[in-house]
Amino acid sequence: MTITTQEVRKEATREAYGQALLELGEVNKNIIVLDADLAKSTTTIKFGKKFPERFFDMGIAEANMMNVAAGLATCGKIPFVSTFCIFASGRAWEQIRNTICYSGLNVKIVATHGGLAVGADGSSHQCIEDFALMTAIPTMTVIEPCDAAETKKAIKAVAERPGPVYVRLGRTPSPVLTEEGTPFEVGKASILREGKDITIVACGLMVPNALKAAENLSARGIEATVINLHTIKPLDRKTLVAYAKKTGSVVTAEQHVLEGGLGSAVALALGREYPVPLEAVGIDNRFGQSGSPEALFKEYNLTSEDILQAALKAYGRK
Amino acid sequence: MLNTVPTIPELQAKAREIRRHVIRMLARAGSGHPGGSLSATDLLVALYYGKLKHDPKNPKWPERDRFILSKGHCCPALYAILAEMGYFPVGELDTLRQLGSSLQGHPDIKRTPGIEISSGSLGQGLSVGVGMALAARIDGRSYRVYVMLGDGEVEEGQVWEAAMAAGHYRLDNLCAILDNNGLQIDGPIHDVMSPLPLPEKWDAFGWHVIRIDGHNMSQILEAYDRAEAIKGKPTIIVAKTVKGKGVSFMENQVDWHGKAPTPEQAEKALAELV
Ligand SMILES: Cc1ncc(C[n+]2csc(CCOP(=O)(O)OP(=O)(O)O)c2C)c(N)n1
Ligand SMILES: [Mg+2]
Repeated sequence: MTITTQEVRKEATREAYGQALLELGEVNKNIIVLDADLAKSTTTIKFGKKFPERFFDMGIAEANMMNVAAGLATCGKIPFVSTFCIFASGRAWEQIRNTICYSGLNVKIVATHGGLAVGADGSSHQCIEDFALMTAIPTMTVIEPCDAAETKKAIKAVAERPGPVYVRLGRTPSPVLTEEGTPFEVGKASILREGKDITIVACGLMVPNALKAAENLSARGIEATVINLHTIKPLDRKTLVAYAKKTGSVVTAEQHVLEGGLGSAVALALGREYPVPLEAVGIDNRFGQSGSPEALFKEYNLTSEDILQAALKAYGRK
Repeated sequence: MLNTVPTIPELQAKAREIRRHVIRMLARAGSGHPGGSLSATDLLVALYYGKLKHDPKNPKWPERDRFILSKGHCCPALYAILAEMGYFPVGELDTLRQLGSSLQGHPDIKRTPGIEISSGSLGQGLSVGVGMALAARIDGRSYRVYVMLGDGEVEEGQVWEAAMAAGHYRLDNLCAILDNNGLQIDGPIHDVMSPLPLPEKWDAFGWHVIRIDGHNMSQILEAYDRAEAIKGKPTIIVAKTVKGKGVSFMENQVDWHGKAPTPEQAEKALAELV
């Protein structure tokens, strides 16, 4: 199947999260939702209105919220914990590491407002380090869905999956590329487009940009495979190696600093198992800033054109 | 350096002007936080025009008093004051929240003259204030440190770690200003996660507590002077305020925490701020 960027509707992944929680809450009474004074922004408010007895606003106190979730998990509950990515992965990192993950607890951290696409609020609210922070913790699962449809599937899947999970979602409406029937499995990379010349590996909001780049590459006679690597950890090494072998060059693309994210995970895996020329699109040692998501993507070299240029470079190194 | 203290009517007029800036800036930017900017305006105007020892032409003057906006989302009011006082051209207010602007969505020490620390992640400013107050003591300097907190912000545990440290070290050169507007994002503070009772908590942490009406200029000025006179402990001014103060349709409305007025709403608001 080939997925294109033509005429798609837009929906923010955080909206799909609120929807998915509503459905989950109906079928699983163990689902408990916690938020930190951002229930409208994260959209957990929908769950809170429908299941008030299973919803707790913990106030502006993220570290406490994480360990309350840990306590709930030890008693058989399945807590979904939400706030912005920066406050979940940053403010409460050590609580997540030492209490949730080290204890092996079934806590689902679903954080919104990931990446630069947060926009005008600026750097303090733009989390571009969460993959590094979260993948560094042993046993953690880390996911960034590519669109609203995939978010729904991901949320349902992580509810079933035992153990700690971190899901990064976005604030702004983004293209809905996949459908209800598109397969989704945690830890299994999804192939959105097949091409023999180069492989583009992307996640989240960078997936539509990767597809657009692939379409433009095709116009230049270069056929690209596009992999939606929604699960950064555990990494689907098998698929990555298979496509590195098939295409001989790779580009990674993420809304994250170059250190410790999708790109470095892919580079490590391929470096160990099947080295090929690799270029990485990501944020190069800079903080974000205020601006529209579009302007920021340009300023920080995250556009489809940037992916295309990186692809030409990697392809040229074959 | 400024040494003439303005009259109460002058301060009130200045506060109106700052509120007008806030409305225009947010409307132009299309995003931002009006509610807490407007509740804090009188406290900030009285501080900058009536109390703070500072020099807009020499923002790094070592003897200056320090101000930290720990509730960083309310920076539009602070930016407007800094511009009016000459830290940077008033025209720059038009660039709020745009790519490349010196006026970021939340305060940025590296971009904006007069900003003493980057903020925006709640709960961190008072600790920084403790550090600045300790540095003054180490260096034998007489400057004072002021930190503005939100009443939702004080739900953060770190605020109480800082409160403990300031009480422990008897930092009488530190003054916290609590913008007690009663609201956070998800609703009234007592509904979402009550931090009440506030004065009793600060007292228990070793602070001197002053309670005032945060929109009464003479009460505010007097509180700043009384805080300076208190020796042997830090002081917090618990200022009862109205979120959205000065714009009737924003007052006490939780929905006006973090959205910009439309051009029409801005016009309506400006018509009230005369
Ligand atoms: C650590 C952290 N958590 C969450 C937020 C998101 N946030 C921004 S403003 C706000 C509410 C603040 O309420 P309050 O302190 O009462 O401010 P005010 O009413 O003066 O606007 C929240 C939760 C944040 N900026 N920082
Ligand atoms: Mg408040």
